[in-house]
Amino acid sequence: MFRDALLVAGKDLRIELRSRVTTNQVAPFAVLVLVLFAFALDPDRGVLGRATAGLFWVAVLLCTLLAVQRTFALETADGTRDALRLSGLDPAGVFLGKLGAVVAQLLALEVVLGVGVAVLYDTSVDTDGASPVAVVAALVVTALVATLGLGAAGTLYGVLAAGLRVRETLLPLLLLPVTAPVLIGATRAFESALDGVPSESWPWTGLLAVFALVYTAVGLAAFGPLLEES
Amino acid sequence: METVVHLRAAVTLLGRFPALAGVDLDVARGEVVLVAGPNGAGKSTLLRVCAGLLPVSAGEAVVLGHDLRVDPRGVRRRVGLLGHATGLYDDLSVVDNVRFWARANGARPADVDEALETMGLAGRLAKVEVHRLSAGQRRRTALAVLLARRPELWLLDEPHAGLDAAGRDLLDGLVTRAALAGATVLLSSHELDRAAALAHRRVTIAGGRIAARSDGDAAPPAAPTRAAVEVPGVP
Repeated sequence: MFRDALLVAGKDLRIELRSRVTTNQVAPFAVLVLVLFAFALDPDRGVLGRATAGLFWVAVLLCTLLAVQRTFALETADGTRDALRLSGLDPAGVFLGKLGAVVAQLLALEVVLGVGVAVLYDTSVDTDGASPVAVVAALVVTALVATLGLGAAGTLYGVLAAGLRVRETLLPLLLLPVTAPVLIGATRAFESALDGVPSESWPWTGLLAVFALVYTAVGLAAFGPLLEES
Repeated sequence: METVVHLRAAVTLLGRFPALAGVDLDVARGEVVLVAGPNGAGKSTLLRVCAGLLPVSAGEAVVLGHDLRVDPRGVRRRVGLLGHATGLYDDLSVVDNVRFWARANGARPADVDEALETMGLAGRLAKVEVHRLSAGQRRRTALAVLLARRPELWLLDEPHAGLDAAGRDLLDGLVTRAALAGATVLLSSHELDRAAALAHRRVTIAGGRIAARSDGDAAPPAAPTRAAVEVPGVP
């Protein structure tokens, strides 16, 4: 399973490196979303500062939709889905591989978005009374766990929608509601860390970890049947 | 002789439409069988059923010893399907595509090199991204993927489409040599004369049923009727 996962993740990332869809289209889209938020909330820059965490994760969520649609567009073009079914690849390995590739792309996008909110929203970290290391650790772990959850849910619903003719419009309808807990948990965790109280972010990070584990487990079990049936 | 494909009153529904409406067919190891018939007759459906990609709703369907009604996935690793689509990733190079699918099927690296060499894709062309290839070169790449898998059952749906004269001769040679080596081949084609020259026998499908058989299911000849064609890169 892990060999197959590495093979699929390597293939997906190699395709992204060659096609540069993530760097040339999704990353500019993510920055554009941040700029539009800034335009919309410009009259009161205080709102931008207070809403930084939420706006960051809304932008990540929108990027997740694009990344998931892209990764499954690869598997619907020119019979690749049938080729995947005919191959000896373990469906659970395919799930893990596609999850790994999506997570890697989202983490890279989050770095871009992080720089974006720091520059555009003038976001700063209030470290009064808190260790900077603890703040950074809370932000990094939250980002990792939340991204894993988004990737797992996205990969699961992505394969569900991939075989349908209405996949482009169906995926957001399926994915956005179920990822609401990630949006809430990651936003609260980021807010606590940015406010200089990283200890308050860990319960939210725990919630995110449960979400990620549940969707990863369901994805491992259900990806094969969904690949066959959808 | 070992039966590789055994279908008895096999029915496949696409929605409520019976794409196969009771097919009886037996194909022995090493046989090359041409599946002829008009558009929409069920040729592609028959090949996809044999690949384990479409479900059998009723009847018997056993391919390479796997009961397709119980274990359709069991047969997939052992067949090679070349359909209308190529199953290639546009943004990967020729060699990356062949290498990925070969690894996915447990093939050796040497099989990749040999397949590329055989299909005339070695060298500079191997590094070209698939979306830059002509239709014929894409077809050759798909054939290289199939070759690297070394399938026991070749399922070729309009395999000559898109190939130039040299490519068609190459394909004919590959089919002939595969059959001589013990592989079984089911191919559908509208180029009946060319395909018939490759095949031991012909079945004609119409309305999802076998409408005619060229030889009444007689025992296949010991070797393909067309002489083996020399294929570069294949010993």
